[in-house]
Amino acid sequence: METTLTGFIALYIVMLATFTGIEIIGRVPAILHTPLMSGSNFVHGIVVVGALYALLNATNPTQQVIGFIGVLLGAGNAAGGYVVTKRMLEMFKASHR
Amino acid sequence: MNAKFIIDATDFAAALLFILGLKRMSSPVTARSGIVIAGWGVLVATLASFLYVFGIAPAAQPHLGVNLGLGIAALAIGCGWAWWSGQRVAMTAMPQMVALYNGMGGGAAACIAAVELFSGEAHAASRLVITLLGALIGAVSLSGSLIAWAKLDGKINKTLHVAGQQAINTAVLAATVAVGVYIIVATGGESSAALTGVFFVGALAFGVLMTLPIGGADMPVVISLYNAFTGLAVGLEGYVLQKPVLMIAGVVVGAAGTLLTLVMARAMNRSVSNVLFSRFGVAEVGGGGEIKGSMKPVEASDAAVAMRYARKVLIIPGYGLAVAQAQYKLYEFVKLLQAAGVEVKFAVHPVAGRMPGHMDVLLAEAGVPYDMMHELEEVNEEFQNADVALVIGANDVVNPAARTDKSSPIYGMPILNADQAQQVYVIKRGQGKGYSGVENELFFADNTNMVYGDAQQVLTKFIAAVKELG
Repeated sequence: METTLTGFIALYIVMLATFTGIEIIGRVPAILHTPLMSGSNFVHGIVVVGALYALLNATNPTQQVIGFIGVLLGAGNAAGGYVVTKRMLEMFKASHR
Repeated sequence: MNAKFIIDATDFAAALLFILGLKRMSSPVTARSGIVIAGWGVLVATLASFLYVFGIAPAAQPHLGVNLGLGIAALAIGCGWAWWSGQRVAMTAMPQMVALYNGMGGGAAACIAAVELFSGEAHAASRLVITLLGALIGAVSLSGSLIAWAKLDGKINKTLHVAGQQAINTAVLAATVAVGVYIIVATGGESSAALTGVFFVGALAFGVLMTLPIGGADMPVVISLYNAFTGLAVGLEGYVLQKPVLMIAGVVVGAAGTLLTLVMARAMNRSVSNVLFSRFGVAEVGGGGEIKGSMKPVEASDAAVAMRYARKVLIIPGYGLAVAQAQYKLYEFVKLLQAAGVEVKFAVHPVAGRMPGHMDVLLAEAGVPYDMMHELEEVNEEFQNADVALVIGANDVVNPAARTDKSSPIYGMPILNADQAQQVYVIKRGQGKGYSGVENELFFADNTNMVYGDAQQVLTKFIAAVKELG
């Protein structure tokens, strides 16, 4: 695979993403800590895309088996994370006063 | 416009949607749309990734049909199972379910690394380092999260603690890292399958060993830590696959998760290393002097009437409330009080429940609006002019010893100042101590009365007593 994301570009991404993550969580009220942890758990479910890429490029049975497990686990992470986060957040309602 | 361009564009869109979604999830007003926005991000990126079939390596071409079939099957099974299990899980069981899904993500990251390592091609050393680091972190997150899930779900009850645990853990980690270094330096990635296998077994074993000694009550901090771990592993494998969207999503979650872990540990008056490497209350239990006075029981109906004629009532819910499944009864009682003109607020300690913010979810499930839930910092001043503080199923989080008694193991932990209210009612099953094993002097205070009984039954009596007044 050709390397387009060279060391320093990768480091820039890591730096900016780190600040973004801290900034997003920094001001969240404590009442949302559980749903937000669950929501961020869902977001790293994007790993399923990487697992799919790995599986589609598999050339031997070992890679195929591991790739299959990877997609299975990643899909579970994404779908499960989405469902439980949505269920929790749907319960948070303001009072009708 | 070629396939690669479409994939790159959807990846970019997905990264944008994640950050927008997470941002919206940080306020209760916009949170519901936040998860939907982030959801679209994963969906479009996943669908677009099937366009890879137009650009795969020549060596993989003959296997394309099989690989595509395997991919679709894995997606269907994984999504189907997770969707089904996610719909069924009870709100009280949410922490272990989040742990389980999180472990799966860590496992997926480790699988990506394994597929790379089993390609039989040589890789640059820098890329190998990152592949193996992601594999190590992902595998630890997988096996550790599984143990956390099993513990919180009651599948493992005892806390395993053998002599020299630290030394064993360190040795396993050191051996795993040594194998990893050998793979990088000596084989350039063209290592034997056996060696790669040893590396993964070592990493998985370390996750198990590291998590087993940690008590159930500390698990939330551990789950949050593994959430950050998985994020980091995904970010690292994102670099290996040259996928910026994985790097951004992974690193954002890794950073956010690390911060959340620190916030949680601070709310529990512990450091993260303290949670990971020692058991709570083992060193010295029962600090603190003799407590004067006695616990004064009171009839449920008397307590209810006093609250009905109060001006302001602050309610402190603890996990005992959720165990008794009494949130619904509680909110029914609260609505009666509100109808009688009483000002009612919920004072929620940051670590009430089994995960920070868990109690808020459980209250929301019972229909309590989020604007009635108040955090420690914003509500603690108000106890001074509250007529009644009602404590239900909570103990250590209202123990004044945390403020005053330097010899107490919970000294320094932020607590809710229930003792400053005019009158305190405590609903409690019996006279037992809290999780920390410390006596609670609040229960012996002059202005405190105990209402003994199961929360569900006591609240039913409260409701009946208030209704009787008309």
